[in-house]
Amino acid sequence: MFQPESEAMPREDLEKLQLDRLNALLARVYDRVPLYRSKFAEVGLRPHVDSLANLAELPFTVKDDMRAHYPYGMFAVPRRDIVRVHASSGTTGQITVVGYTQADISNWADLMARTLACAGATPDDVVQVAYGYGLFTGGLGVHYGSERLGCLTIPISGGNTRRQVQVLSDFAVTVLACTPSYSLLVAETAEEMGIDPRSLPLRIGVFGAEPWSENMRAQIEEHLDVRAIDIYGLSEVLGPGVASECVQQDGLHVNEDHFLIEILDPKTLIPVPDGERGEVVFTTLTKEGIPVIRYRTRDISRIIPGECPCGRTFRRMERITGRTDDMLIIRGVNVFPSQIEQVLTGIPGVAPHYQVVLSKRGSMDTVEVHVEVAPDLAFDEVRELEELQRTVRSEIESALAVTIGVKLVEPRSIERSEGKARRVVDLRGEIEGA
Amino acid sequence: MRQVIEQLSVFLENQPGRLAHLCRTLGDAGVNMRALMVADTQEFGVVRIICDRPLTGKVVLEEAGFGVSVAGVFGVEVPDKPGGLADVLEALGTEGINVEYAYCFVEPGMTGAVDVLKVDDDRAREVLESAGYRVLRPSDLYEPDKGD
Repeated sequence: MFQPESEAMPREDLEKLQLDRLNALLARVYDRVPLYRSKFAEVGLRPHVDSLANLAELPFTVKDDMRAHYPYGMFAVPRRDIVRVHASSGTTGQITVVGYTQADISNWADLMARTLACAGATPDDVVQVAYGYGLFTGGLGVHYGSERLGCLTIPISGGNTRRQVQVLSDFAVTVLACTPSYSLLVAETAEEMGIDPRSLPLRIGVFGAEPWSENMRAQIEEHLDVRAIDIYGLSEVLGPGVASECVQQDGLHVNEDHFLIEILDPKTLIPVPDGERGEVVFTTLTKEGIPVIRYRTRDISRIIPGECPCGRTFRRMERITGRTDDMLIIRGVNVFPSQIEQVLTGIPGVAPHYQVVLSKRGSMDTVEVHVEVAPDLAFDEVRELEELQRTVRSEIESALAVTIGVKLVEPRSIERSEGKARRVVDLRGEIEGA
Repeated sequence: MRQVIEQLSVFLENQPGRLAHLCRTLGDAGVNMRALMVADTQEFGVVRIICDRPLTGKVVLEEAGFGVSVAGVFGVEVPDKPGGLADVLEALGTEGINVEYAYCFVEPGMTGAVDVLKVDDDRAREVLESAGYRVLRPSDLYEPDKGD
């Protein structure tokens, strides 16, 4: 543990610290950020809470607030106190800009040092930072944390995969930080170059900045012979360093002394109990440059109840399982397509290719999941296929807590697409019109 | 597998034209069918095919996007008389051997019908032969090929 006095703090002390920091934050943004002053005025709130439970009464911040106040409008300090900006690429619109003070940069380095230590790294490690350096937070975020922990740090940035492999090998790199998908490209490139990636000294992979699955983790660990660790962050809240897995690989510890996490029902926006899935919302407790109150990430996760054997007292969030934009509501239950995919990867005999088909029988909405049988399945006996269908159905039902039909379809019959797969087909309108 | 008949089992969704497409694919590849049987449920079917070149059949069907597996089945020559098949099945039943499914076809040049049996029991061949039945070898129905 890089900062055991914080990371293993008793919950009672932590909650007291959180409340103090939250109230200091509220006073600060109320004074200095016009947007928050007007948000508080709209709902008639004073910038003070008596307990953490009152957090749920505070107004939200959304990405559009940041866009509307581009570039500096949400900064909570004079511009001369900002020492760095990062920006997130806008795939849908304007980029959003975030600013950091000296203290923010230093806290961030601590949090990333925690992240790397959490993954099992020590000052003896050699860290290759293959996230992009630049406006993207990944490269510099990991870089500062790696130096803060005391690791030998290689600022290679992204791209030029053959050179990445050469450096991994020549510099005896032990920790690779990049996106999970890029690590697989590195492994494949090594093989093409005649270097067995499993024979490299590499022992830890620190992967984030895109959603990935347990299935992908297994592949990466197999190909690179590393412990693959999931890290989480977003530039609007900090960048990497918001939450990270420990060596238990069972959920990401949220740095709760710096961030308050809430999980909300995406429809009602009311907090759900620990263990239930919903939209992840963060409040920054210590950020000076651009603090956010209840920032809606649109990411879906849940709090994993219970203590972690690693000794950290920070609660764990599950790896991101989807985006609120992809959510379906089936008979009143929130369902994320990625949950279905997760179930399917665990069942031999079916491929993780599926489509959720919504249709109407009379006035009733019906939902059926179409699942491809694996091309190498022994198809001969109808009994076995029916058994497979029942298995898929009951596994999906127990994971999603909703009754759902399952139809087995032929291998490769579900349309593949280059970009986002078309996971949901809505036939309700077509049938009504027929 | 050398002693059993290789049957193609194809997973098919219940959709108009799908079975026709399967048969056309085999036909275009010059694969001749001896027998075809469809086991269907409400939503899907399994098509079972005995043909003259099972490996070629499997390859061309897979190329065309079908899910195909090869199952080993027994072919038994059954006397062409009332109760002929019942005798065969009783011979297995008294030994406690379960038949998963069965279907028949007539092979030109043989005196009786050919009954195809799917049996998951190693004793089946021995039981049938000692009851006096002829259990067909692959070479009785097709020249084993290598899928071209």
